[in-house]
Amino acid sequence: MAEYQNIFTQVQVQGPPELGVIEEVFLEERTQNTRFSKLLGWFGNAQIGPFYLGALGILSLGTGLIWFLIVGASYWAQAGYNPAVFMRDLFYFSLEPPAEEYGLRFAPLKEGGLWIIASFFLLISVLSWWARSYQLASQLKMGKHVFWGFGAAIWLFLVLGLIRPIMMGSWSEAVPYGVFSHLDWTMNFSVIYGNLFYNPFHALSIAFLYGSALLFAMHGATILAVSRFGGDRELEQIADRGTASERAALFWRWTMGFNASMEGIHRWAWWFAVLVPLTGGVGILLTGTVVDNWYYWAQTHGYAPLD
Amino acid sequence: MALLSFEKKYRVPGGTLIGGNLFDFWVGPFYVGFFGVSAAFFAFLGTFLIFYGAALGESWNPWLISIEPPELDVGLGFAPLKEGGLWQLITICAHGAFISWALRQIEISRKLGMGLHIPFAFSFAILAYTTLVVVRPVLMGAWGHAFPYGIWSHLDWVNNVGYAYGNFHYNPAHMIAVSLFFTTTLALCLHGSLILSASNPERGNEMRSPEHEDTFFRDFIGYSIGPLGIHRLGLLLATQAVLWSAICIVISGTVWFDAWADWWFWYVDLPFWVDIEGGVNG
Repeated sequence: MAEYQNIFTQVQVQGPPELGVIEEVFLEERTQNTRFSKLLGWFGNAQIGPFYLGALGILSLGTGLIWFLIVGASYWAQAGYNPAVFMRDLFYFSLEPPAEEYGLRFAPLKEGGLWIIASFFLLISVLSWWARSYQLASQLKMGKHVFWGFGAAIWLFLVLGLIRPIMMGSWSEAVPYGVFSHLDWTMNFSVIYGNLFYNPFHALSIAFLYGSALLFAMHGATILAVSRFGGDRELEQIADRGTASERAALFWRWTMGFNASMEGIHRWAWWFAVLVPLTGGVGILLTGTVVDNWYYWAQTHGYAPLD
Repeated sequence: MALLSFEKKYRVPGGTLIGGNLFDFWVGPFYVGFFGVSAAFFAFLGTFLIFYGAALGESWNPWLISIEPPELDVGLGFAPLKEGGLWQLITICAHGAFISWALRQIEISRKLGMGLHIPFAFSFAILAYTTLVVVRPVLMGAWGHAFPYGIWSHLDWVNNVGYAYGNFHYNPAHMIAVSLFFTTTLALCLHGSLILSASNPERGNEMRSPEHEDTFFRDFIGYSIGPLGIHRLGLLLATQAVLWSAICIVISGTVWFDAWADWWFWYVDLPFWVDIEGGVNG
């Protein structure tokens, strides 16, 4: 136990800042200024920046800011323009989608129209950030795994705010923008459709969520435990297996009879994380469109008691 | 074949905590050790007891088999086998198996000259389990407050206990735990993606370097935590998610008894703004 366990970086070495590899990057779009944070350096890299802005970055941050300001302005109005009330009731405010009677039509600004406008900007923001993840990987000739991983999260986002409301025929089905209100929405969604715990896709999504935490605990701990053999240099270990990979693999082989490889563990990681929103989105999409009551559905399919 | 090509040179004696060389051997790919024996003992006994409990139950439908804890009026005493005693024995077996497993991980880490991060991380999972089936029931005064061992019955338990405190999503520790679980998954996806996208570059290109990884993330979000930092972050996020899950349930019914939505009134009722009209709570 007395050995050093590599919990934080004890000696920080600081050279000139790394301005990044060039490949096919439009360098005009990449900032030149960097900073060093000693605090961050204890845990990870100390260097902050440079940052690539680009047209997609400006579009994404701009539209994201507009969404944020619309929601904030709505809260500000709900607070009666009183800063104390704004802070007191911050978690209680909500920008709600239109009522059911409006269906998929536009609604007056104060009755959900603002929600539609805000959602439009949020959609642009998220999609342009998604495109950015492809563009940046492409400029560096890297694989597009971040793009597809982000795509899985966007799938769930689109199911909740766009696809399912359209299939149900009303924007009122979408999630409101508020801290407590989105929790209430989640609760009501489960109650209305007969307990979401009995939705098998919900169960799968949770299993992958917990599985992701399990995998990251296992993987993070394994790499730190073999960091004394250079295990954190994963790319090098993938290309040219060293004793760190061998020990990491043997640990799990001896513990549970099975091991991944240095590259394979990242495939496990990617799929577990991606399947959380993928299965979750399927579960949400089926709710109210195909299945009205998950408890009855479970009874019909033999996994809930037939009281 | 039980051995990997490089495995033989690592299969050396030593590193055991107790038992010396007595159990210092492998069965197929599995390392045994004293704690392998104790883990197997508790796991087989516990599994046998679950099957025994299933045989006493109403259904062999694997979704519906459930081993229930004792009724609330048993308090913290022992219950007859068929009335929760099985659940108590299985809980003891589970602890025996889980703790043996963690100690076996320590032995294997020592044998391979590795740090002890993995048993440390696993101990958080054991802590969460113990919190649910021992700590909270003991604090509340009855084993009946623990959850039943069944695939769907434990979901019913989560459902019912959640509604006992109104909307459980309002539990601040639950909020932190859920946020940490989502953040862990996000970070895991980004880490897996980054390694795969560097080791599987666009067709016709050589494998990308760690400098490409740093560059991608600095371009993307202005910061790259680095190959060591991401594993510290992952371990921290994952273990904290589990820790806050344990906290969010252990405070329900021990220090907070009402709807969790009411907990937030302390903030709304702060003296300097409680009397202001308007807003949602005015």
